[in-house]
Amino acid sequence: MKGDRKYIWIFLFPMAAFLTLFLYYPFFKSLYFSFYRTKGFFDKKFIGWDNYERLVSDKLLGAATLHTLEIMLYVLIFQVGIALVLAVMVDNITKLKGFFRSVFFFPVVISGTAISLLFVLFYNYNFGLLNNVLAGLGLEKVLWLSETNALKAIAVPTVWHYVGFYFVLFVTAMSKIPEDYYDAAKIEGISGFKKMVKLTIPLILSDIKVVITLAITGTLKVFDFVWVISRAQNGTEVLGTYMYKKAMVDQNFGYGSTVAIYMVVLGVVIALLANRLLKSEEITY
Amino acid sequence: MQPAMQSKKRFRLGTALMYIVLSAWAMTTIYPLFWIVNNSFKESRDVMNKSFSLALDPVFINYTTAFDRINIGRSYVNSLIMSGGTVLFVLLFGGLAAYVLSRFTFRGKRFIFSILYATLLVPAFATVVPVYELLIKTSLVNTYWGLILPQTAGNLTFATLVIAGYMSTIAKELEEAAFMDGCNRWQMFTKVFMPVSRPAFASVSIFVFLWSYNDLFSALIFVNKEKVRPIVALLSEISSQYGTDFGLMATAVTLTVMPILFIYLFISKFIEKGLTEGAVKG
Repeated sequence: MKGDRKYIWIFLFPMAAFLTLFLYYPFFKSLYFSFYRTKGFFDKKFIGWDNYERLVSDKLLGAATLHTLEIMLYVLIFQVGIALVLAVMVDNITKLKGFFRSVFFFPVVISGTAISLLFVLFYNYNFGLLNNVLAGLGLEKVLWLSETNALKAIAVPTVWHYVGFYFVLFVTAMSKIPEDYYDAAKIEGISGFKKMVKLTIPLILSDIKVVITLAITGTLKVFDFVWVISRAQNGTEVLGTYMYKKAMVDQNFGYGSTVAIYMVVLGVVIALLANRLLKSEEITY
Repeated sequence: MQPAMQSKKRFRLGTALMYIVLSAWAMTTIYPLFWIVNNSFKESRDVMNKSFSLALDPVFINYTTAFDRINIGRSYVNSLIMSGGTVLFVLLFGGLAAYVLSRFTFRGKRFIFSILYATLLVPAFATVVPVYELLIKTSLVNTYWGLILPQTAGNLTFATLVIAGYMSTIAKELEEAAFMDGCNRWQMFTKVFMPVSRPAFASVSIFVFLWSYNDLFSALIFVNKEKVRPIVALLSEISSQYGTDFGLMATAVTLTVMPILFIYLFISKFIEKGLTEGAVKG
């Protein structure tokens, strides 16, 4: 169309401006900060790779990485796993489909902070819901947020929060599988568990990959659950809270930025690895 | 007859089992919500000692505390303004960009798409320090813009990709007809493409609103003063300041969660429609 060139520029400009000012520029500035020792924003000194050397020998960061990876493992196994199982089940029933779809999505719309507060009430040693139940059954109370339990106690709401999201993605993918595939399977006498493993899962493999990538990058961003439930204490420090502490609480912008860059690199590496492992022939229909 | 009947029986058993498992999971998503609402109508003492009993004679003390002492109403308004503003900007700018990227052919388009995909890999952590510096320098920290601007940028890529995916499926004839009617590109966007892409705009606005409303990390950093603090930041504050006032905590959670849940119930159909139609597969 005539004059399109002008509109291309005008229409793309606001997005380009926003992304440049609040994403690209800050990202490269973070990279830049990671080579400086800072005191506030005004006093900084170039120190080369010092921050990165500190990164390698930082034991707290190592622990935070391990904790994040542990939560990631739970998320991949339980969150994605439960979502997939629930989706297969909903795909196989006839009644109440809509009900389950809406209800399973409930936690997704609730903020992580609100869910964390809810779980604070569950886990409280003296008066929490869980210990109430245990006491009612005549059992010993459990210290849910102790050094040994705390990370798992935080993983539970983290997993629960987003099962519904991946569930909806899976159900949507399954609803796109043409009916004839299932008819053919029926004629061949394939049903139940076998149908799921041999037919449904291979057909939605590309969606499973998307979900796994989302789950990995999502877990690296975990912040609110840890911050509200345990304030990152008792062996629950994760990368998100560690970065926040370094950059914002200690106001160490240089090292905080280095941690952030490390998080980005780690995320990309793990996502690439996962995609490599899951690589197989894409099925199109 | 025998094998057929057996398999039918097994089938029924399997179906029953599926309903049991599904209902069990549904319980985990419904009961905690019921529990928290129920407990918000009790005094703290009763939340602690009798958390399972029904609040048959509800007390509103927690609600008056929430509104009078910690001024939760103010945070509500703050949240609404900032998340609403973010959604508006994201829809407008993301919609425009999506329109260009899906309906125009020009050089460098693929390049722009690959940059957009790369953007998805940059978390808020990697931009927060310089953005904070920028907001301080422009004195936007602890103003509504201090949250709206970074969140708009943070959600634009997602919105653009989803809306562009939807718009690329719209028939070319529609565009040509509008052109015949003498529409220029701007009119074509507002009169044809925006209305036709309503499902995509709807699902994007829901997700952007949720992510913005629920984003604790940015709120703690950019807008943590009482007069601009959104509701998530207030919740975090409550958990550290009033961590022993169980009734108040239950009420705060209830007040945060319920409006969103009600809105969700009304528009859940849109979410699924938007997700089904090309939203997920990038």
